[in-house]
Amino acid sequence: MTARPPVRALAAALAVLSATASAGTLTIKGSDTMVTLVQRWARTFREQNPDVRIQVTGGGSGTGLAALVEGSTDLAMSSRPLAPVEVERLTAKTGHAPAVISVARDGVTFFVHPSNPITSMTPGRLASVLLGDVARWSELGGPDRRIILYTRETTSGTSEYVRASLLSHQDFAPLSQPLPGTGAVVNAVSREPFALGFGGAAFAKGVRPLAVEVDGQAVAPTPDAVRSGRYPFTRAVTFVFARPPSGDARRFVEWVLSDEGQALAVAAGFFPVT
Amino acid sequence: MPGALHPAVVSRPTPPVEGARRRSAHWDKVVEGLVTVAGGAGLVLLVLMMIFVVREALPLFLDPTQREHASLAKLLLPQPWRVGHPEALLWNPTSQVPKVSLWPLAVGTLKVTFVALVVAAPLGIVAALFTSEFAAPRLRVWLKSGVELLAGIPSVVLGAFALMTLATVLQTAFGLDFRLNALVAGVAMSLAIVPVIYTLTDDALRAVPPTYREASLALGATRWETAVRVVLPAASPGVLGALVLGVGRAVGETMIVLMASGNAAVGSVNLAEPTRTLSATIAAEMGEAVSGSMHASLLFLLGALLFGFNLLLNLTAGAWVRARLHRREREPA
Repeated sequence: MTARPPVRALAAALAVLSATASAGTLTIKGSDTMVTLVQRWARTFREQNPDVRIQVTGGGSGTGLAALVEGSTDLAMSSRPLAPVEVERLTAKTGHAPAVISVARDGVTFFVHPSNPITSMTPGRLASVLLGDVARWSELGGPDRRIILYTRETTSGTSEYVRASLLSHQDFAPLSQPLPGTGAVVNAVSREPFALGFGGAAFAKGVRPLAVEVDGQAVAPTPDAVRSGRYPFTRAVTFVFARPPSGDARRFVEWVLSDEGQALAVAAGFFPVT
Repeated sequence: MPGALHPAVVSRPTPPVEGARRRSAHWDKVVEGLVTVAGGAGLVLLVLMMIFVVREALPLFLDPTQREHASLAKLLLPQPWRVGHPEALLWNPTSQVPKVSLWPLAVGTLKVTFVALVVAAPLGIVAALFTSEFAAPRLRVWLKSGVELLAGIPSVVLGAFALMTLATVLQTAFGLDFRLNALVAGVAMSLAIVPVIYTLTDDALRAVPPTYREASLALGATRWETAVRVVLPAASPGVLGALVLGVGRAVGETMIVLMASGNAAVGSVNLAEPTRTLSATIAAEMGEAVSGSMHASLLFLLGALLFGFNLLLNLTAGAWVRARLHRREREPA
């Protein structure tokens, strides 16, 4: 008798497994920045299309694209453009160039602790800090404390975006600490008074977003500044398919790009594609 | 009383008994075979795993493009990384110019293991001495089950504890610049290896024959002297085994360091700086490494290094224990 419940649980688990493996499942993997957004999209889309199953997991843009190359996901979320070698591998695999579709815009924000006296920086200063050339807050007019840098693992599209747009692809300072997700970066910065980190604008909770000085004017990453492009660090977040989407995947993407889908993106802290 | 046997019993034909005996002999062979296969399977799996890991790492030395980006010099010697900066040992294999030095990761692993051992070894051994030599039997049962419960805590929970609480406590206590560093990771890791060291040391101490203690006490030694000068040395091969298993666990432990060490790949020996270990690197980077790429081969090389290190550690410790036991046997009684 005691063996019964485990056996039943096992049977249930097997049933779930076989259900998720069925043809109606759309698997989505990649950018941690996009996970919460795409999960919201998936939930609402499922309410309207109960026959479609959607499975969303993170891991970083690089992880999603690697999974797309390996064929273990239908769709990769990427918050950065594809590297040439990734395009090459995907093309070699399917004979098609991969389909990259912008689904929303995001403002990459630099976070500091709320108690930090520094409220804005020029892009040049930010770059020196991220490269490790400026290592103490005193060099920026703050207290004489070391700048504790939190970055993202190299799987992160956000991290690649910052390296590409600010550092011309150079590496972050050797003593920077890569964390596994934007949530982890925000959490770390909120606990460390002399820290600096970055991530999608949608995540800024318990930390203060830094304004960026453009032409002598401090521009905060407000929705208006991001949408108008006055805030300099904005980027498209994308869906990547190995071959042009069809069936459920196509319906999902079309719905995401509809007014309803884009309104949900705004509710999640992102900005519509224009 | 053979005379009391019923004639029918005595005259029962023997073949069925013979058959049963043959069947049971046959069954013995089957079970023996199964046990041998089960025992052998462990060894075969180990060898297969070793072959798999090494085979995945081999392209690093055989494939010409991989060999160019990860030559022995690049793996082991300081490399240029930025104009105007001295050459350095750095790990960043997905950078535009891949940096693949193994030193920062090796140093990081040793740093965290060192801290964990320095904290856990005295704690585990002293606690085992107390429970086996001094504690009342009932207290001993409670303590031992308590420490063994600690072994059941998943390492991700220990990691979260280190990340949220321990890091803040140590930063305020020592006034550290970095919240996450080798010290935090090492102290958190010691919580994972204390139960290993404690349990095995306790077993080793209790395996020392009571005659040793009786002789020592009879010669006028105190209980403390008996414990430290007689029982502990007699149990030393077992204690060493406990330490070796503890170090093995620490070197391979992943989740705690991934969460609490800060993961910066710098090869400094400063314990207050963030650090990156071999195991955490594999866990953090395997997701994006496409199989067959240089990055994947590199990560398997790290795996092979971990494998090799633990093998070497176990073999050396085994040899030491055998030599010691051998010497004791030859000593005059």
